[in-house]
Amino acid sequence: MLSDYAPILVFLGICVAFGVGVQALSAAVGPRKPTPEKELPYESGIVPLESARRRFSVSFYVTAMLFIIFDVESIFLFPWATIVRDLKIFGLVEMGIFIATLFIALIYVWAKGALRWEF
Amino acid sequence: MIADLAHFSIGPDYWWVVLIKGVIVLGFLATAAAYLTLAERKVSAHIQLRIGPNRVGPFGLLQPAADAVKLLFKENTAPAGRDKLLFWLAPALMAGAAILAYAVIPLSGTTNVNGYALHWNMAHVNVALLYVLAITALGVYAIFLGGWAANNKYSLLGALRSSAQLISYEMAVAFALIGVVILAHSLDLEEIVNAQQHAWFIVMQPLAGLLYFVGALAETNRLPFDLPEAETELIAGYHTEYSSMRFGFYFLGEYVNMVTVCSLATALFLGGWLPLIPWIHSDWLGGLVGVMWFLGKASILLFLMMWIRWTLPRLRYDRLMNLGWKVLLPLGLLNIVITGSVVAARAAS
Repeated sequence: MLSDYAPILVFLGICVAFGVGVQALSAAVGPRKPTPEKELPYESGIVPLESARRRFSVSFYVTAMLFIIFDVESIFLFPWATIVRDLKIFGLVEMGIFIATLFIALIYVWAKGALRWEF
Repeated sequence: MIADLAHFSIGPDYWWVVLIKGVIVLGFLATAAAYLTLAERKVSAHIQLRIGPNRVGPFGLLQPAADAVKLLFKENTAPAGRDKLLFWLAPALMAGAAILAYAVIPLSGTTNVNGYALHWNMAHVNVALLYVLAITALGVYAIFLGGWAANNKYSLLGALRSSAQLISYEMAVAFALIGVVILAHSLDLEEIVNAQQHAWFIVMQPLAGLLYFVGALAETNRLPFDLPEAETELIAGYHTEYSSMRFGFYFLGEYVNMVTVCSLATALFLGGWLPLIPWIHSDWLGGLVGVMWFLGKASILLFLMMWIRWTLPRLRYDRLMNLGWKVLLPLGLLNIVITGSVVAARAAS
């Protein structure tokens, strides 16, 4: 039932109040005296030369894309797992084909070197 | 009039029950996180033959309170060139998401108090397991946005590493849990625990239990998987630029996440509140004893996490990703296939 989730909304409100309240309290009671040196991003004592938001390794993008594929797979697996007893062999074969397809996909990206991190 | 107000309900519960439970859960998690920091320091100290904090209060028991006050009164330093909104929002999201996930974890079985069915969690939903996985996953946003907003190269690197690690192990964790769902027939944590009356799932799903615990270490950025804040390379990783209560929120989030994964492992594999010594669950006292059992089992897991921290060295990053993708993921799939086959074959025969 959808109304079962109503207490979670209340708890969300409590969490937001906690997050905002404690930060506001800390801003109110803590000192705030910024100086140009204090505002420098920490870089082991060296003055930063450029913005930190630079390009980064393509491996992170590949990981993110692969994650989407397999996470969607796990979303399909959860409902199947709850009724595998009722679906019996039919559900098992069907899900076996699905898992096998994705396992072959995993082997493929593995062989292609998409999971490689050492360069 | 007042009687009407008292009977106004939010979902299945009266509004004041919901409110009291919410405050208790928040207070419990904040206290647990605070005392875990002390426990961590004490355990570390004793493993290294030191004494640990012992000046503030008896046995250093007031140390967490002193730390909290200190964090609150510190200056909120902020780097130039930061993203102002995200820099403010990300730490709160970290703590908030970690706390919010605990809403559905049942600390004890439903007990009958004068004809009123008392659930020992904030909200009793039938997809509790999915809810916990989904909400704890929000922590990735807090870590990545927090590291990106700080305009610091160490932070960005830490954030990237961390998010890649978290999403990789999230799958391994999800696959490990499916074996349990197959056996328990349900995503409702209370039903999953009740399905373990005869045998805990760690007995029937030892591989899943091991995979989950390894994945949980990585999900909470604990050693040997604490690459995001490998201090020898990245200073403090994604929270390098955060100070005062913002740092406190990241710290709180991490320790609350530890409590959450250990509670989840207790409910899924160690029989939750089910006692080792039989005890009739009938009244609220029985429920409270269940809570003790639950917290006791979870504490053992938490101690195990601290113990591992001082036993195993940190992995190299490529080995970490290899372990997640090339070992845990295929093993998780294998576990699903075996468990599914056995259950389906037994149902068919």
